Amino acid sequence: MADYSILIGGKAGDGVNRAGQVIAKIFTRLGFFSYMYYDYPSLIRGGHNYAVVRVADHPVGGCREGIDVLLALDSTTLRRHKTFVRNDAVILYNSDLVHDAEGTAIPLLSIITEEEGSPVMANTCLIGAFCKSIGLEWNFVEEVLRLELPHEVEKNLRIARRGYGAVPVEMRPEFLHLAQKGGDKILLTGNEAIALGMVAAGLDGYVAYPMSPATGILHYMAEIAEEAGVTVIHPESEIAAMNMVAGMVYGGFRAATGTAGGGFNLMVEGLSMAAMAELPVTVVLAQRIGPSTGTPTYTAQEDLNYAIYAGNGEFPRFIFAPGDAGQAYECAGHALRLSWKYQVPSLILTDKTLAEGTYTVEPSTLPELIPAQAITRIGPVEEYRRYSDSEDGISPYAIPGDGSVTIKVNSKTHRPDGISTDTPEGIAGCIDKQMRKLPAMRQEVSDLRPVIIYGNPDAEICLLCWGSNAPLCREVAGRLGIKAVQPLVMWPFPAGEVSDAVGDSWMVISVEDNYAGQLADLARHHGIRVDLHIPKYDGRPHSIDGLVELLWGVVA
Amino acid sequence: MNPSFITDAQNTWCLGCGNFALQHAIKDVIFGLIKDGTPRESIVLVAGIGCHGKIADYLNISTFYSLHGRAIAVATGIKLANPDLTVICSVGDGDTYAEGLAHLIFAAKRNIDITVIVHNNRVYGLTKGQYTPTSPGKYHGKSTPRGISDDPPFNPVEILLCSGCGFIARGYTRRQEELTGLIHDAIVHRGFSVVDTLQICASFLDMTDMYNERVYVPDGHNPEDFAAACMIAREWDYDSDGPIALGTIYRKNIPTYESRFRVPQKSDVEKARSVDKIMRERS
Ligand code: SF4
Repeated sequence: MADYSILIGGKAGDGVNRAGQVIAKIFTRLGFFSYMYYDYPSLIRGGHNYAVVRVADHPVGGCREGIDVLLALDSTTLRRHKTFVRNDAVILYNSDLVHDAEGTAIPLLSIITEEEGSPVMANTCLIGAFCKSIGLEWNFVEEVLRLELPHEVEKNLRIARRGYGAVPVEMRPEFLHLAQKGGDKILLTGNEAIALGMVAAGLDGYVAYPMSPATGILHYMAEIAEEAGVTVIHPESEIAAMNMVAGMVYGGFRAATGTAGGGFNLMVEGLSMAAMAELPVTVVLAQRIGPSTGTPTYTAQEDLNYAIYAGNGEFPRFIFAPGDAGQAYECAGHALRLSWKYQVPSLILTDKTLAEGTYTVEPSTLPELIPAQAITRIGPVEEYRRYSDSEDGISPYAIPGDGSVTIKVNSKTHRPDGISTDTPEGIAGCIDKQMRKLPAMRQEVSDLRPVIIYGNPDAEICLLCWGSNAPLCREVAGRLGIKAVQPLVMWPFPAGEVSDAVGDSWMVISVEDNYAGQLADLARHHGIRVDLHIPKYDGRPHSIDGLVELLWGVVA
Repeated sequence: MNPSFITDAQNTWCLGCGNFALQHAIKDVIFGLIKDGTPRESIVLVAGIGCHGKIADYLNISTFYSLHGRAIAVATGIKLANPDLTVICSVGDGDTYAEGLAHLIFAAKRNIDITVIVHNNRVYGLTKGQYTPTSPGKYHGKSTPRGISDDPPFNPVEILLCSGCGFIARGYTRRQEELTGLIHDAIVHRGFSVVDTLQICASFLDMTDMYNERVYVPDGHNPEDFAAACMIAREWDYDSDGPIALGTIYRKNIPTYESRFRVPQKSDVEKARSVDKIMRERS
């Protein structure tokens, strides 16, 4: 089984992320599955950044231990990561900054100075060297770089070629001993996948205020705005974002917003309003670690409880928690679709690992279109009532200007015609009507096959995981011959399906990037036994080997 | 007047409240717009929370009864989704000058084509008499029994002028005809427009005498003259005894936000095709 890890590191501003993406792209084009983890402190210049690109002949969504290739733009990279390299690893380093190191010296700075390149092109040079070290043909390298480095192409190519030439021999040609089944694989970050999934479901408007790790959605959405036909707005605050989305939805746009926990704090006011007004808003909540500002660029799964309970008053909602880019694409579409179908808010929970991680996706395996429920067009009617009651609690959705109807939407407890009320029957009726949606919402979740089982379905040890931990647990389960269970929908909680999936395992272990075991608690609350919680709350995702090691005593 | 413009909701404003005058003025303007060809269904009123907000329940047109301070953000979203709609916000002074101030300033900066009518009674009515950002310094509200004279009101007209607002007017609820005209002009103005309306709160802050004595319509004021607008805006600081100018204080035509930032819409099928294309380009 081919499975390699390449680490490239340098300072913030050295283009480490880009270089990692290019390497991931090279392997994707060769037919591998890639996954990239990007680690960076909240700094614009300086500080240590690194990207780990894992490539394999099977889908991967997490890092394992051991580095096969270490690409060092600076000495910190060598110092920090050298202990993790394998005995037969390839090490390529910038010999203009690092002296007397083991490995192959590449004078990156001298080369870019000679070629009159900018400092950031050191990464291009290193990529060239790397490609030679694993035995790639220059023609192929040139083809990929032309696509991936569209600015100053010729200069970049000259510099890459110099790096390529600086490596005397192929060192790990077995990297390429793979069935090269190119196919239609592409690379997407979780954020990009969510953006595309929402567009595929008919998104018309995206309003968001920048906050890591959700910012990538805003940037990508702005980049594809024209192509996708999405009005993208960066307003004055998260509060404005949420309320603008509510307004857009009233006006007939399918609209969404995205933020991290701190920004979500500000949005909750508008979320409750959307719920009371029965407006289908979709919110991406990209989790990062810690309360308050926490640590901006590190990961966590701490906001599950918050997402479930956010808002004053009681109201129904959908919550999705995808684990990789493919799932993110689908969940984003379903979130939008179901939000519109039931006229309730929907949330998509991601985390830094997924949001900013890069995954290989096979577009042919994704649904082409997840159409959000069409707006119920109503013709001229005598008396339209925005909140007229029905068996399933869903009222006809009309938009202003569409038919000669008066549409009264209200953030306050209201009568079926949208006018405020405070009578006991009025209040209870307003709540009854909204809660009447729940049985159908639960059924809708069941229809989605909301729980995925990985590994050995008959195993007696079961990992319970969610979000970005799912691909890791899938691999761990495969390696140890145990089972892993991932609910894809967190609310309404698919208790029956999770319970069936866990079956009569004699040991159920939750793996979550939080202290408390929030999924474990949720499962227990629904009568599902969880025996052990493996927490992680240092902002870094588990490594697969680390997880195997933690489980060793239990499983063996 | 067409009686169907009023819903069956029971009106709970206090007797003598300035909200009645504002509701009449808004209703008259809307009636006029409809007579001039604006479809009734394409008019939307967004309200905040406070005494003024009840107008959403009382007026029989499409409304979005939003949150305290958030009407302008909601209205911005509505206008972006459908620029063909006529979007009017009724907001309170506590509502929009306190909790919602950022939205007001940013809407002015963007120049989104919506109209904001501030029901400026200079007091929180619905929560029973606390001070607002425009309360007179000598006002002793229930949350500030020793007064707020060290914390004088700010001048919303000046704030709006500084924020790039393209249409600012000041109305008074006891000058009904004038008020109706100002609201009409604000709505037909292409771009962000605000009518700061001095309103009587019959229960907590009845400034009728003070206003009656001091309001005037400046002679020969050119609302396109920014310097003159600033002068008029500074004559009265919402605290001292200066003369209170009514009418259009400043007006300027600026390209609207929605004309600059809205991308052409695509059908669901076109969107799916775009996604497909984007993905193919990435492989
Ligand atoms: S409290 Fe004041 S503003 Fe409110 S309804 Fe009564 S008079 Fe009008």
